[in-house]
Amino acid sequence: MSTTGNGNSGNGNKPIIEQAVSADSEVGSAVSGKIAPPPGQLKKADFISDQEVRWCPGCGDYAILNNVQKVMPELGIPREKIVFVSGIGCSSRFPYYMNTYGFHSIHGRAPAIATGIKCGNPDLSVWVITGDGDALSIGGNHFMHAIRRNLDINYILFNNRIYGLTKGQYSPTSEFGKKTKSTPVGTIDYPINPLSLAIASESTFVARSIDIDVKHLGSVVEAAAKHKGISFIEVYQNCNIFNDHAFDQFAERSVRSDRVLYLEHDKPMIFGKDRDKGIRMNGAHPEVVTLGENGITEADLLVHDIYLQDPSVAFMLARMEQPDFPQPVGIFRAVERATYEEMMTDQIDAAILKNGPGSLDKLINSGDTWVVE
Amino acid sequence: MSTAIETPAEQIEKNLEELEAVTIRFAGDSGDGMQLTGTQFTNTSAVLGNDISTLPDFPAEIRAPAGSLPGVSGFQLNFSSQHIKTPGDQPSVLVAMNPAALKVNLADLEDGGTVIVNTDGFTKENLKYANYATNPLEDGSLAGYRVHKLPITTLNMNALKGNVELSRKEIDRCKNFFALGVLYWLYDRPIENTLSWISAKFGKNPELAKANEISLRTGYNFADTTEVFTTHFTIKKAKIAPGKYRKITGNEATAIGFVAASQLAGRPLFYGSYPITPASDILHELARHKSFGVKTFQAEDEIAAVCSAIGASFVGQIGLTGTSGPGVALKQEAIGLAVMTELPLVIINVQRGGPSTGLPTKTEQADLFQAVWGRNGECPVIVLAPATPADCFHMAIEAVRLAFKYMTPVFYLSDGYLANGAEPWAIPEIADLPKIEVTFANDPANFMPYSRDPETLARPYAIPGTPGLEHRIGGIEKQHITGNVNYDPENHHLMVKLRQEKIDRAANDIPLLEVFGEPKGKVLVLGWGSTYGSISTAVEKLQSEGKSVSSAHLRYLNPFPKNLGEVLAGFDTVIVPEMNLGQLATMIRAKYLVDAVAFSKVKGRPFQIREIVRKVEEYL
Repeated sequence: MSTTGNGNSGNGNKPIIEQAVSADSEVGSAVSGKIAPPPGQLKKADFISDQEVRWCPGCGDYAILNNVQKVMPELGIPREKIVFVSGIGCSSRFPYYMNTYGFHSIHGRAPAIATGIKCGNPDLSVWVITGDGDALSIGGNHFMHAIRRNLDINYILFNNRIYGLTKGQYSPTSEFGKKTKSTPVGTIDYPINPLSLAIASESTFVARSIDIDVKHLGSVVEAAAKHKGISFIEVYQNCNIFNDHAFDQFAERSVRSDRVLYLEHDKPMIFGKDRDKGIRMNGAHPEVVTLGENGITEADLLVHDIYLQDPSVAFMLARMEQPDFPQPVGIFRAVERATYEEMMTDQIDAAILKNGPGSLDKLINSGDTWVVE
Repeated sequence: MSTAIETPAEQIEKNLEELEAVTIRFAGDSGDGMQLTGTQFTNTSAVLGNDISTLPDFPAEIRAPAGSLPGVSGFQLNFSSQHIKTPGDQPSVLVAMNPAALKVNLADLEDGGTVIVNTDGFTKENLKYANYATNPLEDGSLAGYRVHKLPITTLNMNALKGNVELSRKEIDRCKNFFALGVLYWLYDRPIENTLSWISAKFGKNPELAKANEISLRTGYNFADTTEVFTTHFTIKKAKIAPGKYRKITGNEATAIGFVAASQLAGRPLFYGSYPITPASDILHELARHKSFGVKTFQAEDEIAAVCSAIGASFVGQIGLTGTSGPGVALKQEAIGLAVMTELPLVIINVQRGGPSTGLPTKTEQADLFQAVWGRNGECPVIVLAPATPADCFHMAIEAVRLAFKYMTPVFYLSDGYLANGAEPWAIPEIADLPKIEVTFANDPANFMPYSRDPETLARPYAIPGTPGLEHRIGGIEKQHITGNVNYDPENHHLMVKLRQEKIDRAANDIPLLEVFGEPKGKVLVLGWGSTYGSISTAVEKLQSEGKSVSSAHLRYLNPFPKNLGEVLAGFDTVIVPEMNLGQLATMIRAKYLVDAVAFSKVKGRPFQIREIVRKVEEYL
């Protein structure tokens, strides 16, 4: 605030400001300036903004962006009805690169902003883009509450297990003992599992994919978009600058089929290059078995059911990790429950149905009134 | 329905005396229902045509130990046949339900004032709790007062025992209505208004309704027949401007003011809030108004509350968040985001004693700096402050009007005293309320997200759902006009200037500061917010004595009204009474180089009229 002189501040600089205000733009704009084709005719190119993408070359974010842009036309949603909301971090630059409405907000708060957007206009397709630090450290509280409310929002967490934008400190998903700039002798924080947290928060849709597994990621994103209610996706995303090869142990192409379990609804849990490994329950615990050994057949394996109301199996799957288990990806859970914004709208509609639309005159004249002659 | 007390054979003659004004303070345990008793007395007095002003004063503890000093809850009411603007400097009547209530409040009672005590509350145990070595009702320490000793608990028990199917505890809880009945007789008030409240409130529990009604009637009849009272008093209707009135508290006026703003703007209201004293009643009130399309969202924390409001603003709703000082501290980063993204947003701060948790139920004005300067970076916002409970309604509309017109966050600074205090409100005609224009951009041909209105400097309001206007906003600095992410030094300097200039230009859109009294003279008393009643009454009193004093009250604190410098220049001395250590005074000194005198009181209680009179007299 300018505090000099009498009158209002800024007077001395008025010419500059007036010039600035009257000046026409001489530069390229942040907007397309034209109306998009109808939903049926939209192409991937319609979702690419004119902004230069500024992620490091080789970053996993590119693959995710590319995939989301590719899926968008499939959804049949007009471009102007799509909003991408993000917090802070590398992943949170995402909205600038989408030719939709976008809101790059503040650290950890994207779910809260998205809540206001969705409640304000339930007609919009709302996407939250976040990272492991943004969602699980500073934004941990909003993560839990946005999910439990079951707003119809698509929530993609780019998990690279590191703080990239602040140049390499450990994150809440970094493995125990990890040496980083802020932990030169190793972390003493036990990491958190995003899927465990999402399931514990009663997420109605929970999925996981890998940045470089292009086809799989696309199908998961599309399923998430079509799910009514909160759709949470964890994407393993490689940060090639500060945490390179973080997921190579299972995500690398040559080992992927042996070390990743692709969850498919109504299918037995089978994995392996030769499709000869499976997951079976041994009492209350899952175990890896080989088909054909000791008389084990497909019939002994756990069959995946994404519609189970009880979240226990999804939770158990979320806890399976390399090297003891294959790393599960795919849809863990997809159950139905009324959405927050639907119920909010219903309560308003019910009030109007019961009392009629609000009358301001009646409102201000309510309570004990009296007339002074 | 039968009443428990028979009319005695011989009715003693009682005098009816006329008074101009009375200030009563009801005091008891926080479980004694003193707020309810005070509120009922207030409603009845208002409907009767008196001018009224109230000061509820309650502890932060919901139910502190019964009989303890911290558990005392009070409700002060000033009612008058004249126009009044404060709840009164000193009560002339104190109703004390127990020793602790007497101990906490007696010092405030005027000399020779009336004390009505519930003698049943003065047990050995309660006397000990209140640190009385001897019983003040018996040791002569109340000699300077007119004391009426009534065994209210016993009288109430006798009235209800056998007449209602209630436990002893439930019967005892009705005793505040007995006391209210006594007071109604004593001040010549009808009981009908409270009777209809009882039947509406306890409609689903007829036994409780019956009990409270009997207590009220019996208290009234008791006072009428007992020899304890020889005189009762009447206070005529106040000579206030003709019109239709209702009693309103600041929080009620705030809530319905924002509903009104929503109707006037034709945009739905979204209220994101987290429960906090003394702002929660706004959330409760707004949650009742769903038929106006009002959406209330009880967020997981203060930050989510403001962020949800920002999200709602982004899509064209009236984004509103409400809290008290500690909540504002948490919201500031997000308010900065709304400044950067240039979205409309209104932040209600019902100020309370601070810092930290401070005095949650007491009033203070120490968040002015926090509102004007409390964010990172150069981060200007508009700051408004209603002056009275009823003014809260009008300033709510004003906050929304300015937020939309200038595409900016607007702070709305209420406080605990305004929030809970009540006064009569002249109900406005809808047609007289200002219109609020909201214009959305819709033309893709010329759309630039950070182009500006040449008059207001507001950027266009392009909401999601509008074809062809897809654009991205965010907390990172944006290029002038295009809205692209931009780190250019010249651009940042320009944008900082533009954001400031936009707020400064709002001064063209607000009323000039009005001076009450002569425009030039010895002393100007300058105030803001809830100090209005005390300041204006004090200054009127001094003016009636021929003193060269004027007053002015700021309802717009950033930007200031354009004539403020000129007003200040007309006086030898400017005194600024504030419930803080001189925040407005500091701003005045900094901006206008005026040697303003800060008159501070930070006690969790509003200024008394006489405190301001005395301060001004020092400079005459």
